[in-house]
Amino acid sequence: MFYREAGQFKTTYQDDQAVFPVLQDKVAVILLILAAYAVPFVADEYWLQAIFIQFLVFALMAIGLNILMGYAGQVSLGTGAFAAVGAYACYKLTTNIEGMNIIVAILLSGGCAAAVGVVFGLPSLRIKGFYLAVATLAAQFFILWLFNKVGWFYNNNPSGTITAPPRELFGVLITGPSASPEARYIVCLTFLIVFAWFAKNLVRGRIGRNWMAIRDMDIAAEIIGIRPLQTKLMAFAISSFYCGVAGALMIFCWLGSAETEAFDLANVSFRVLFMIIIGGLGSIGGSIMGAAFIILVPIFLTNFPPMVGLDISTALQKHLEEIIFGVMIVFFLIVEPEGFARLWQILREKLRKWPFPY
Amino acid sequence: MEFLESILVTPFIEIWESPYYFIELVLVGLSTGVLYSLVALGFVLIFKASGMFNFAQGAMVLFAALTLVGLMEHGLPLWAALILSVATMVGLAFLVERFMLRHLVNQEGLILFMATIGLNFILEGTGQLVWGSDVKRLEIGIPDQPFDILGGKVLLNTFDVTAAFIGALLVITLAVFFQKTPMGRALRAVADDHQAALSVGIPLKTIWIAVWTIAGLVALVAGIVWGAKSGVQFSLSLIALKALPVLILGGFTSVPGAIVGGLIIGVGEKVAEGFWGPALGGAIENWFAYMLALAFLVFRPQGLFGEKIIERV
Repeated sequence: MFYREAGQFKTTYQDDQAVFPVLQDKVAVILLILAAYAVPFVADEYWLQAIFIQFLVFALMAIGLNILMGYAGQVSLGTGAFAAVGAYACYKLTTNIEGMNIIVAILLSGGCAAAVGVVFGLPSLRIKGFYLAVATLAAQFFILWLFNKVGWFYNNNPSGTITAPPRELFGVLITGPSASPEARYIVCLTFLIVFAWFAKNLVRGRIGRNWMAIRDMDIAAEIIGIRPLQTKLMAFAISSFYCGVAGALMIFCWLGSAETEAFDLANVSFRVLFMIIIGGLGSIGGSIMGAAFIILVPIFLTNFPPMVGLDISTALQKHLEEIIFGVMIVFFLIVEPEGFARLWQILREKLRKWPFPY
Repeated sequence: MEFLESILVTPFIEIWESPYYFIELVLVGLSTGVLYSLVALGFVLIFKASGMFNFAQGAMVLFAALTLVGLMEHGLPLWAALILSVATMVGLAFLVERFMLRHLVNQEGLILFMATIGLNFILEGTGQLVWGSDVKRLEIGIPDQPFDILGGKVLLNTFDVTAAFIGALLVITLAVFFQKTPMGRALRAVADDHQAALSVGIPLKTIWIAVWTIAGLVALVAGIVWGAKSGVQFSLSLIALKALPVLILGGFTSVPGAIVGGLIIGVGEKVAEGFWGPALGGAIENWFAYMLALAFLVFRPQGLFGEKIIERV
């Protein structure tokens, strides 16, 4: 960056292996987090509600999928289903159990999603790659059908939707339609920061290294004593946990109420897949950058053409969006398979030497 | 208990009591199955010849059908629209080779798979951008009258029979092409081993273009048949999602597997919807095929006719 790390010596392995070994990086990240908490003071309600909260929810989901695909190498197209499990579990937990703490409910619904994820991860022990992708599609279709058909999941209400009930935390309303966008934003942001930090440390540790070994060459990993069964199912469980928590936040803090369509293949699974491809497979920071990008493109398309005097219809805009996403995917896979995360890294390397390139 | 009975016992009693309804469902299932097979064929062809799992096959079906209908709406006669659509699909094959495959040589299958998801979106977007996204009717003169068989107790549609016939014709042509022509042999060689094929002088570039052209033409046929049946619209590209379980069932590399798998899925789906659907709340067609395929994977991961190339881990 614009600073040098000269003079920062490490005397212990702990220091050397820190997430941010350079002091300035640590400061920058802390400032960024503080800035993120300050956003509600400057952003208007539309931006908070429609963009920032959406971004936080999807970033969480992208981290979840990245754990599974980027680190453990297991393809999944069932992200939407796992998110739906989280959302519906949270709905059942909050509406059927009086006085349950909302945070506990969200975490428990993540646990439900993890359990479902493990069940649908079982085929990964016998199959890989495309076959597994198709197997996770089974989860996608079956689970959404189940939530649509079985009235118990949505408390048999006539509309068939689930609606987030109002729940308080420390005396502040944080869910439901009457909760303020600021409060909901803060909750989602806290979840994202805690979970991103947790994921970052998870993938640096033993579990994460096991995942990467399985991803890079499963047979070799097995030979050096990594048990594929536990490792893969662990990846499915943790990934689904993240997706489940994100799904619960999606209903409780972002949408307020939704039907199963909100979690379908195109709305969630593919979008999240695009986020991690464009952001960078196998990178936590990349997942967040990818989520920001995928959320911003449609907003750019809605706002930019009118600014330069072009009038495009919603349908046209939708198709343009599809084409742009498709081109971006192919482009990134060809030019920079490691996505934004790698571009960011290159930029940093360049800036370190700036203005004197070797 | 009551629920278990309604899914484990009652359907079989119903099948026993109304055999003609059962036969009718089987026939409807067979004709839908043929259409699934058509789409699955496109997948198999590309997988066989380049080891690439082409998720965009469904979008190619939509794109081909949209192009044909769009041209006909602009007043072109059927034959001219058909020629232009074929040319479009050939052009698409060239573009895909030039701008996508060429740069992705030697990448792992998963990267290629994700690239085709990108292509899927490009094709869906472009097709609807150019030709509009409303439902279009496709009239190509396939007769559509029901006729009776089995002494008037079962209805069958001329359209379905014609579609089945077209499907069968396509499969035979492809089988002959793959087994008998030099190009077919080259394709199989490339599928077996890229490097070995290159070193005996098989041009990879030409092969890719050829394969994508064929897959494009198969998509066009599938698009015409599906489009004539249910109108040309966005949902055509979702048929690809139905073709995936067909592939798992039949094996990724087997042309006969795509056919048999398609028929099994088609029949299983309709019969399940007809007899088990009411007890389960209906609309089980959406996932039944996947569950069938998933259950099947556990016992025979390579599919019915697939080559046993899956590594067990």
